[in-house]
Amino acid sequence: MSAGVTGQRWRPPPLIVNPWLRWAIYGGGGLYLALALGTLQVNWGRVAEGLVRGWAFVAAFGNPDFSSRWGEISEGMIESLTMTVVATVVGVAISLPVGLGAARNLAPLPVYLVCRGIIAVSRSFPEIIVAILFVKMFGFGPLAGMVTLAFATIGFMAKLLAEDLEDIDEAQVEAVRAAGASWPQLMVYAVQPQVLPRFIGLSVYRLDINFRESAVIGIVGAGGIGATLNTSFDRYEFGTSAAILLLIIGIVMMAEYSSGIIRKRLQ
Amino acid sequence: MLRIRGLTKTYRGGDRALDGVDLDVPRGQLMALIGPSGAGKSTLIRCVNRLVEPSAGTIAVDGAAVTGLGGGALRAARRRMGMIFQEYALVERLTVMENVLSGRLGYVGFWSSWLRRFPQKDVDAAFRLIERAGLGGMHDKRADQLSGGQRQRVGICRALIQDPALLLVDEPTASLDPKTSRQIMRLLVELCAERQLAAIVNIHDVALAQMFVQRIVGLRAGRIVFDGTPAELTTGMLTEIYGAEDWAATSAAGDDEDDATPQARAIAARLAEEAR
Amino acid sequence: MPVHTLPSRQVGWQRRTMVARMMRWFGWLLGVLVTVQCWQIMNEDTIWEFVYDAPAQAGDLLGRMWPPRWSVLDKLWVPLWDTLNMATLGTGLGVVLGVPVAFLAARTTTPSVSIVRPIALLVIVASRSINSLIWALLLVTVMGPGVLAGIIAIALRSIGFIGKLLYEALEEVDGRQIEAITATGASGPQRIAYGFVPQIMPVFAGISVYRWDINIRESTVLGLVGAGGIGLQLNASVSRLAWPEVTVMFIAILCTVAVSEWVSAKVRAAII
Repeated sequence: MSAGVTGQRWRPPPLIVNPWLRWAIYGGGGLYLALALGTLQVNWGRVAEGLVRGWAFVAAFGNPDFSSRWGEISEGMIESLTMTVVATVVGVAISLPVGLGAARNLAPLPVYLVCRGIIAVSRSFPEIIVAILFVKMFGFGPLAGMVTLAFATIGFMAKLLAEDLEDIDEAQVEAVRAAGASWPQLMVYAVQPQVLPRFIGLSVYRLDINFRESAVIGIVGAGGIGATLNTSFDRYEFGTSAAILLLIIGIVMMAEYSSGIIRKRLQ
Repeated sequence: MLRIRGLTKTYRGGDRALDGVDLDVPRGQLMALIGPSGAGKSTLIRCVNRLVEPSAGTIAVDGAAVTGLGGGALRAARRRMGMIFQEYALVERLTVMENVLSGRLGYVGFWSSWLRRFPQKDVDAAFRLIERAGLGGMHDKRADQLSGGQRQRVGICRALIQDPALLLVDEPTASLDPKTSRQIMRLLVELCAERQLAAIVNIHDVALAQMFVQRIVGLRAGRIVFDGTPAELTTGMLTEIYGAEDWAATSAAGDDEDDATPQARAIAARLAEEAR
Repeated sequence: MPVHTLPSRQVGWQRRTMVARMMRWFGWLLGVLVTVQCWQIMNEDTIWEFVYDAPAQAGDLLGRMWPPRWSVLDKLWVPLWDTLNMATLGTGLGVVLGVPVAFLAARTTTPSVSIVRPIALLVIVASRSINSLIWALLLVTVMGPGVLAGIIAIALRSIGFIGKLLYEALEEVDGRQIEAITATGASGPQRIAYGFVPQIMPVFAGISVYRWDINIRESTVLGLVGAGGIGLQLNASVSRLAWPEVTVMFIAILCTVAVSEWVSAKVRAAII
């Protein structure tokens, strides 16, 4: 045991080894934080006023009011649910060919570019902005909402399907091709069994997302429970708002639970 | 030093892993625990530091009961028992130094451990141990960059920096090649001798055990069926511990070293010795 | 049994039994019926004249949106800065609130499986079920319009996201490393600091950056309900039917989202 070891200090090595870079990152982060908080404009008087209202809202969760606006709530919920179902079915159906076309290993280049373009456009904009445009085109109501959700579904599902298709086991495709299969036979025997279970699982997941989104796009007039919710906030009817939010949470929980079961059975 | 009386462990589902085990290990003794897979070796050492809760029986270290302790008293008791694991069980994303110093966690408060401000004497001890284990200069390497043998050396340092009275060693060489296995066993023996530690070593490789320890205990189906010196471990005893097996046939196959299991190799070696 | 004997004493093979095939057809039929029924309920109040008109409307809209009025860009820098701040500060607050929730929700670290864990899981589900726009709507009603409402809305939505992914990671840690730390006599908080934290650190960093990226996207529209950022300008322009300005804002939003996605991908690649 060498005596020289005694008294040697030890500090853990820093995460970023280069000291210049380390201090630049810390300094930059600190500067940003100072600027961001400095330019934050808050009307504290209004916030303090809001605390009372905030408490009223929290209290409303203990005593949600389902009855006084039940007609509007149920109408909005049915609109949301029907929109969700139709949008998911339509979106998934369209995403199948788009996804196939966007898989580089299966589609020729021009088709690939077109389909990737569709996916990029669909994924770029938040749903609510798309909803504004579709409301403008189709008029107020759930049809515009349905088209919005279907549009978003296409981008989501087609992208994931294309990625799965690009990752398939080529050996299985080779084997079926070696047996003399045509292109459609190739799809059904070699490709479909590899991607279908996950695709169905994702569709169920997208159904869940679409329902949550359907609660939002009503704010801009695209139908569904969002409009009812918005109105209840405007009227400060927190009991009704709480009731709607609880319904949404309940339905999402149920959807997650059942989609968990469905996905387990598919595997 | 370590005193176990009537130790019984029944797992949920009714599996009886240990059945009335009585065992004493005096200070300074290196004891090997052998037996087939599922005999309860791992359960036995985990009962000693209460990572597994015993169903019945008592365990005492230096006359102080370990069974029945809770909370802070249990943590204080665990400090006195260093444990070394089969798959090293290092915290992969921490450095060698942090892994070694984690052996001091039972002694320092939360904030000093969180901020990595260990007392200087702990840091000194850690540097000495790292040097002693042949890892000098590697203290700032991350554990996942080390080889198997190096990781196990870090594991040994972590156990020893606890300043334990007793070492619990669970299959220290099962994941290592034969040469490294011997180096690790030699290091363990030397360190135990230097510090007069009692140690229980679970081990599969009977030959390796015979080479290094003073006492061997054989466990079968949760009961002790052999307790003696390495020399007393005869073929008949091995049959008693591991069950009936055509040892002669194994010995013939044992010439082909690469295919033989450590167990088979050990038994072949014994037979060769007896034939002389 | 898919293999069965035909009347002609040949062994036939079909992929599914009769009953299974009937069930499948019935399932498909049910699906189609439900969809059609939903379609009809949904469109009870649809005014089809407006729908048939849609292509013309779309053409009209495009015509009005072009050319973009670039001069409006000068008014967008401050809202864009606000948008960035809402996303970043909101993510930070979401992390601060979400991490403890994750530790309380994970089976491996929760102080009580029967009481605390269900509550933590409920918090996560509630936060996840409600879109940040709805949180913003609520907060604007309660505390008035502004960036603060947006920050809190983003944070409330992020709790569930971070909490869920992190607690799943906490339940999948390598138990041997935890056992080794326990064996040294470490206390509960020390086990978390030395056993769990190093193992989940990369996952945690990845989750946070990923959520920041999503939050940038979401905070661009929070202004639609009055919570500050570029969405506020968008709302004003849409209601004034100033479509050339809307085009510029769309482009600004697209660029912001693209940049944030690029940054997030780079940072995540560097972490892993």
